[in-house]
Amino acid sequence: MFQTFILPLLIFVGLGILAGLILSVASVLLSVKTDEKEESIRAILPGVNCGACGFAGCDAYAQQLAKGEAKTNLCVPGGDRTSKQISELLGVAYEDVEEQTAFVRCNGTKSLTQNRYYYTGTPSCEACNMFYAGKGTCDYGCLGFGDCVAVCNYDAIHIQDGVAKVERNKCVGCGLCAKQCPKGLIDIVPLSSCVHVACASCAMGKETRSTCKSGCIACRRCEKACPNDAITITDNCARIDYAKCSHCGKCAELCPSQCIRIEA
Amino acid sequence: MKEMMTILLSAILVDNFVFSKFMGICPFLGVSKKLDSAVGMSVAVTFVMVMATAVTYPIYTYLLVPFNLEYLKIVIFILVIALFVQFVEILLRRFLPSLYHSLGIYLPLITTNCAVLGVTMLNVDNGYTFLPSLVNALGAGLGFMLALVLFSGIRQKMESCDVPAFFQGMPITLMAAAIVSVAFAGFSGVVEGIFQ
Repeated sequence: MFQTFILPLLIFVGLGILAGLILSVASVLLSVKTDEKEESIRAILPGVNCGACGFAGCDAYAQQLAKGEAKTNLCVPGGDRTSKQISELLGVAYEDVEEQTAFVRCNGTKSLTQNRYYYTGTPSCEACNMFYAGKGTCDYGCLGFGDCVAVCNYDAIHIQDGVAKVERNKCVGCGLCAKQCPKGLIDIVPLSSCVHVACASCAMGKETRSTCKSGCIACRRCEKACPNDAITITDNCARIDYAKCSHCGKCAELCPSQCIRIEA
Repeated sequence: MKEMMTILLSAILVDNFVFSKFMGICPFLGVSKKLDSAVGMSVAVTFVMVMATAVTYPIYTYLLVPFNLEYLKIVIFILVIALFVQFVEILLRRFLPSLYHSLGIYLPLITTNCAVLGVTMLNVDNGYTFLPSLVNALGAGLGFMLALVLFSGIRQKMESCDVPAFFQGMPITLMAAAIVSVAFAGFSGVVEGIFQ
């Protein structure tokens, strides 16, 4: 009885307690002083580890903030609230955060564009993109398998009618989806902007016209109509400079393929 | 002396834990990207292997065998290994914080590195006495280091190669690992030959 049941238990428990004691003594003797300021900053940050601040993650940003080597307004997902709390904690002037949101530069819903082959492989954009740049007739468009949906922490992006669409009231602009998209279709834009070009096609106008009914054909009407020179055609696709755009919407009125969208 | 050298060399070359026993593949693939973290990782693994053997051997021989409790060896060996891994972690965090950060998750993963458990179990199963056990553990650690250092060199070379897109990353790494392990098969019989 003793030797079969109690002795093994005693040996195991005894060794466990001994190991625990050694470790607790070691952790007290060899402890590393962590900065209290750093820990409290880390508690304020959202912990998404998105890297929008330009540091490796929330831990690294908190470290730099505690040293006083980083600005307090770099956390995009945290927004104004986080910036305010950090500024109060560090006793520095509060700076406004430029809130951002993701925007998917594709308009190619199922009715506007077609597939050039029937894809039965792994349902992921990255996998599909490896086969001849994806299943769509347009080489640049959204593949609609939702790699971006899977990576979003805020349930802010969804596939609607074959194209990813961002819900602006949920999106915090962390940019994780933008890094995930194999086509590089997702832009991180200022939340204040409301006029966007929903196309990323770099193909010539004629080719774009043949693949998608709502693609940018680089006709330059928007470029000419813009009163602020905010819209330019580069690589056969219109691009908006959000710093110059005054949200007048003249470009959207004139666009023959309706790929410039105004969102409230 | 001759016996010790045979054990040491065969643990490093012939019975290399990574290339012929296929143990410890996770850190082998995970940490072999850069030379300095590869060396740091293998020093940590070697330390844990030798210390764990030094502790598990007496526990096994003087505590478990007399009471017919050999069946407890896996769970007790893991306990001892976990203790030393935690200890190494505390030491690194205090004295080498940069290495601590570059090893990241792979450091606590030494706990479940089968190479460490493997070496302590094999020592007992092969019937080595105390000193040969330690030498075998040292050899296993050095063999692990040799594998990681060699392979980090290969991986750094591969970085600058024009690899086809569908082979990039893990596929080409696994293929290179397979070729290196075939090369290690050529060492079989060498060590016995040296000491004849």
